[in-house]
Amino acid sequence: MRWLLRLGWLRTVVELKQLVRHREMAFWTLMFPVVLMVIFGSVFGQQKLGPTGVTFAQYFTAGMIASGVLYTSFQNLAIGMPQEREEGTLKRLQGAPMPKAAYFLGKIGLVFVTYVGQTAVLIAVGVAFYGINIPTGFDTWWRFTWISVLGLVSCTLLGIAFSTVPSSGRTASTVVSPIVLVLQFTSGVYFMFRDLPHWMQQFAALFPLKWLTQGMRSVFMPSQAASLETTGSFEVGRTAAVLLLWLVISMVMASTLFRWQRRSER
Amino acid sequence: MIDELAVRARGVIKSYGAVHALRGVDLDIRRGECVALLGPNGAGKTTMTEILEGFRIRNQGEVTVLGVDPEHGNLQWKARLGMVLQSSADLKELSVAEAVRHFAQIYPHPANVDEVIEVVGLHEKRNTYVRKLSGGQRRRLDVALGIIGQPELLFLDEPTTGFDPEARRQFWTLIEGLKAKGVTILLTTHYLDEADRLADRVAIIAAGVVLADRTPSSLRADAMRTATVNWVEGGVARSEQTEHPTALMRELMARFEDEVPELSVVRPSLEDVYLHLTGEASERERDAAPADGAVTSAEVAS
Repeated sequence: MRWLLRLGWLRTVVELKQLVRHREMAFWTLMFPVVLMVIFGSVFGQQKLGPTGVTFAQYFTAGMIASGVLYTSFQNLAIGMPQEREEGTLKRLQGAPMPKAAYFLGKIGLVFVTYVGQTAVLIAVGVAFYGINIPTGFDTWWRFTWISVLGLVSCTLLGIAFSTVPSSGRTASTVVSPIVLVLQFTSGVYFMFRDLPHWMQQFAALFPLKWLTQGMRSVFMPSQAASLETTGSFEVGRTAAVLLLWLVISMVMASTLFRWQRRSER
Repeated sequence: MIDELAVRARGVIKSYGAVHALRGVDLDIRRGECVALLGPNGAGKTTMTEILEGFRIRNQGEVTVLGVDPEHGNLQWKARLGMVLQSSADLKELSVAEAVRHFAQIYPHPANVDEVIEVVGLHEKRNTYVRKLSGGQRRRLDVALGIIGQPELLFLDEPTTGFDPEARRQFWTLIEGLKAKGVTILLTTHYLDEADRLADRVAIIAAGVVLADRTPSSLRADAMRTATVNWVEGGVARSEQTEHPTALMRELMARFEDEVPELSVVRPSLEDVYLHLTGEASERERDAAPADGAVTSAEVAS
């Protein structure tokens, strides 16, 4: 076990080095949510949401942080790993005594660090330019932490599992980006979730992003804004339950679907 | 017997859809032996190597590598192997030393990182990012990563492709050093001189079949058995292949009073033997193609 954690840590360091030194990639990984924040914040940011007095910028920040979970984990891995397969990274590791679990741990470590960086930049820009309020209570930050951790681990594992779907590194972003966009639109990142058609809400409730977004609203929105939710509550307990269920599903999917190689190469 | 043989393969068959990559390959490699798998492009060399490495799944046949079926090879088994795969473009953003150190940390009994970098001749590039290496330097890094785990059995899949002549000679010295340490080696190549220099045994493979599995010197002896005698007679170029060139020469000397015009006696090179063998194989494959097609569809259906 200690050996596995040590290898996972070594992988994290190597993965991070390779990301940081790839300047374009490092820059856009950090800045992408900020760019969206600037666009949406400038257009709709100061609109007030009903009688609560909360700005759309505040609502959107919660949605962007939840999206950041999906970007840094699922999207980055489902697009990046097919490329790693093509470059021979995975085959080289497969030929070495590298356990899959340690490789997964390395990816989880990479995702955690990029998420923390991305979110810190996003919050800083939000506070500086769009009047975002950040929570102060320990309880709220604890909730932020466990929602993030559950989301990151399960979406990392889902990204690892999904990385076997695109047929090549070149087509990966074409396959993966629409999935992320559809989830964002249906999960209440860009629109008020309450205003979406019922069937769309039901669809989104099947996937983690809806619950991550709602969970982040429970962190970044004032408590009176619970009245803007479909049920009149942030449903923190149910969010925890759904995310835990997805954690289990993602573990099963990653361990059964992940392949070092493309299927056609065997 | 398990102890004596590092690799034992019997009747290995592998098809990709309608393409028969291997049609029943046998291969034994004793411990400490260096065997070259020699053949033209598409002969099945890489497929065979990757089946032994556990990357590919064979359709039929028996295989043990260090006493283990590669399809069930675990991490302990992999730790005893070294693999230099055909091509790669990974690790770009790491320095040479970082890449070698990282892999040293993965193996249970690694060699010394600095020594390995030195022995593959990348000492001056140890702090250079991998993306800035030339093709030949990249290949040396691949070799460094292949031997960093101190393998008992090393697979080298066309290791010197893209090397200049000097780099190849340095590489050969490196491999001879590993042989001296008792490392078993399976080398895939299409360079005859490389096989001749390094291998204890050469298995010539073409169209998925092993055509010859012998020592380089016995292949050469084969080549020396026949000779081609060329001369010009009555303004016409004549050529005759014979196992008795001396007898033919005597006859010619009797026929011509003076010098025999443009006389030469040519022994086939190792390369000629190789081309002859692999040429026959590809002709056979062409002739057999229609019949094969029928077999294939039946196999796919099952």
